[in-house]
Amino acid sequence: MDFLNAIVALLNFVVIPATAYGAQLALGALGVTLIYGILRFSNFAHGDTMALGTGFVILFTWWFQSMGLHFGPLPTALIALPFGIVVTILFVLGTDRAVYRFYRQQKAAPVILVIVSMGVMFIMNGLTRFVIGVEEIRFDDGARFVINAGAFKAATGLAEGLAFKSTQALTILTAVVVVAALFLFLNRTRTGKSMRAFSDNEDLALLSGINPEKVVAVTWMISAGLAVIAGTLYGLDKSFKAFNYFQLLLPIFASAIVGGLGNPLGAIAGGFLIAFSEVGFTYAWKKVATYVLPESLAPEGLAQLLSTDYKFAVSFAILIVVLLFKPTGLFRGKSV
Amino acid sequence: MTLRNTLLFAFVAALIVIEGMTASWNTALGILNMGLISAILALGVNMQWGYAGLFNVGIMGFVALGGLAPVLIATPPVTEVWTAGGAFRLLFALLVGVGVIALAIVLNRRLAGRTRIAALIVTLIGGFFLFRALLDPAVEVVEAFRPATHSNLGGLGLPVLLAWPVGGLLAAGAAWLVGKTALGLRSDYLAIATLGIAEIILAVMKNEDWLARGVKNVISIPRPVPYEVDLQASAAFTDWAAGFGADPVTASTIVVKLLYAGLFAAILLLLIWASELALKSPWGRMMRAIRDNETAAEAMGKDVTRRHLQIFILGSAICGLAGAMIVTLDSQLTPGTYNPLRFTFLIWVMVIVGGSGNNWGAVLGGFLIWYLWIKVEPWGHALMGFITAGMSDGPLKTHLLDSAAHMRLMTLGAVMLLVLRFSPRGLIPER
Repeated sequence: MDFLNAIVALLNFVVIPATAYGAQLALGALGVTLIYGILRFSNFAHGDTMALGTGFVILFTWWFQSMGLHFGPLPTALIALPFGIVVTILFVLGTDRAVYRFYRQQKAAPVILVIVSMGVMFIMNGLTRFVIGVEEIRFDDGARFVINAGAFKAATGLAEGLAFKSTQALTILTAVVVVAALFLFLNRTRTGKSMRAFSDNEDLALLSGINPEKVVAVTWMISAGLAVIAGTLYGLDKSFKAFNYFQLLLPIFASAIVGGLGNPLGAIAGGFLIAFSEVGFTYAWKKVATYVLPESLAPEGLAQLLSTDYKFAVSFAILIVVLLFKPTGLFRGKSV
Repeated sequence: MTLRNTLLFAFVAALIVIEGMTASWNTALGILNMGLISAILALGVNMQWGYAGLFNVGIMGFVALGGLAPVLIATPPVTEVWTAGGAFRLLFALLVGVGVIALAIVLNRRLAGRTRIAALIVTLIGGFFLFRALLDPAVEVVEAFRPATHSNLGGLGLPVLLAWPVGGLLAAGAAWLVGKTALGLRSDYLAIATLGIAEIILAVMKNEDWLARGVKNVISIPRPVPYEVDLQASAAFTDWAAGFGADPVTASTIVVKLLYAGLFAAILLLLIWASELALKSPWGRMMRAIRDNETAAEAMGKDVTRRHLQIFILGSAICGLAGAMIVTLDSQLTPGTYNPLRFTFLIWVMVIVGGSGNNWGAVLGGFLIWYLWIKVEPWGHALMGFITAGMSDGPLKTHLLDSAAHMRLMTLGAVMLLVLRFSPRGLIPER
């Protein structure tokens, strides 16, 4: 029984939250890595694209809720998501047209584009605050739990409850569908193949008649779509606060670099690696350890390696280790 | 200094003087003081970006770390916690932590293959647990002492001016750590690594109460200038102020601000003089040669990564110095107020608008953008008040009026993008 309790506690406090968080990071890192692969710069505005897009989704959600539109047990935000994505895509394409295209034509150095993306970030950040404010917003509705802790205890007779929030289930499910669709697109369609060709060898791709502007536009659209999905899922799962999305930039970059910048598969692996490390290092293992270990060995303290305030330190430490020992990332990204 | 540059500086000076004549000399001097510090920060970032093309997104972290110095140097020592079980054990734990990392580095150099990985893992994990076992009880002892006013190690009780160079040294240490890892790889990696170190420095300062009381803040840090109340109490000062026909309270605040301005200006001038000298020396030419063509400079036998590390540390040290100055000016350390938009991205706008690669440009940018940062908010309120004047009261009007405060982010972002696009060399271009 103790062993089962330990597994349930582990699932409840580590595996499920880390999987949901990892899926959110992976979606964010995919966007960063695609931009890096095609446009060849690290997009510092990605966190704020997520925030702005989620802001749009929240506005649509409120509007739908005020009209009495609900999605049954699922959150209303899911109906609002496509609308939010469309608005964000239009915004991002407008930004590319107004800001980035000029530097692309100039063939500016990547570091200039990074600085420009910082300016864009500034504006997006201000816009998000302007549109939706800086307060913490919860916008989930519908059923709260797929598995309720109390009901689980009653059904199994275990001491530990297992709670599986519907937002977590939704996150994992959506991430699987989106990633599958993305890989189908990249591997099977003409546009997807031309994107990969462009990423591998720009000159050769141009020679074979690929339209670079189209590739760039599609990349922005996919990246913005992924950012809004990731941001909305994160907001549903935890809560929406504009500044938190800016802070997500570090774990997202860490995920993308750990997996190898420019490599979509690596971004997903990186996202889960970072999420599981963050949760694993900051979880107080006392509960699980007390179940598994004999009484004499049970820990006295919380058995927490780091306080939760240091979760960014975990992503940073992983990032540093990868930069020191394998700068191209675990899955061999584009360049050093 | 050409005529154009002199006019630009005169224009900014006029802006501040107009502020003093129309509003109050107190706010004008407040803008001037933070403008001086901003100019120093911009000089530091200009060294990294303008001379060497290094992209530092962690300025906030270096500023915050520098701000730690006045607390550690100038606040009175808390003798009660300096016991074998308290502060001494804590220092010992920190030494052990450093020792573990040093051992790991040595092992990493000496061993090879599987043994290296195994030895590293054992050292780091074992060392981590040893470190925590030593540190945690000591931290409890220190933090248990008068939690409402102290709960930290306290400082050394030395003059606060000494804390300024120490702030620079602290920041230089952090910069060495980051630079050693991320320099030599592609340019984006340095940006991301600095972004990370800034977040971590701030997390440490917010959570480690034994260091500087965390978010409980340290207040009344000693000042290098006299206190206003002391001035008001002294008969000589009130007589002197009465000689101008000034109110002693206003006069005392203005005199204190002027004294700070004098100190800051002296440091700024010293730094400008030194950096102008450096930029015109063979070293400065080498730096710019490396920036413009790394491959060619490397072929000429220059150690690019080493030079980058050097200038990265120098620039960050100046940011740390400025951080210590900010804390001294406020006489308080409030880790909760450090915000990357204010302390990292605003400095970038200063450097880019002023003119990257030119010291005078960075200084001008520092003053001008700080002035705008302060003034855009009231202007935004006024503008929003004007726009919404015709609207009936309701949630939309309240929302618009409330969000006027965020106008300055958008305005400064737009200013930065416009300068980058249409005048990428800035107001005072590099010669």
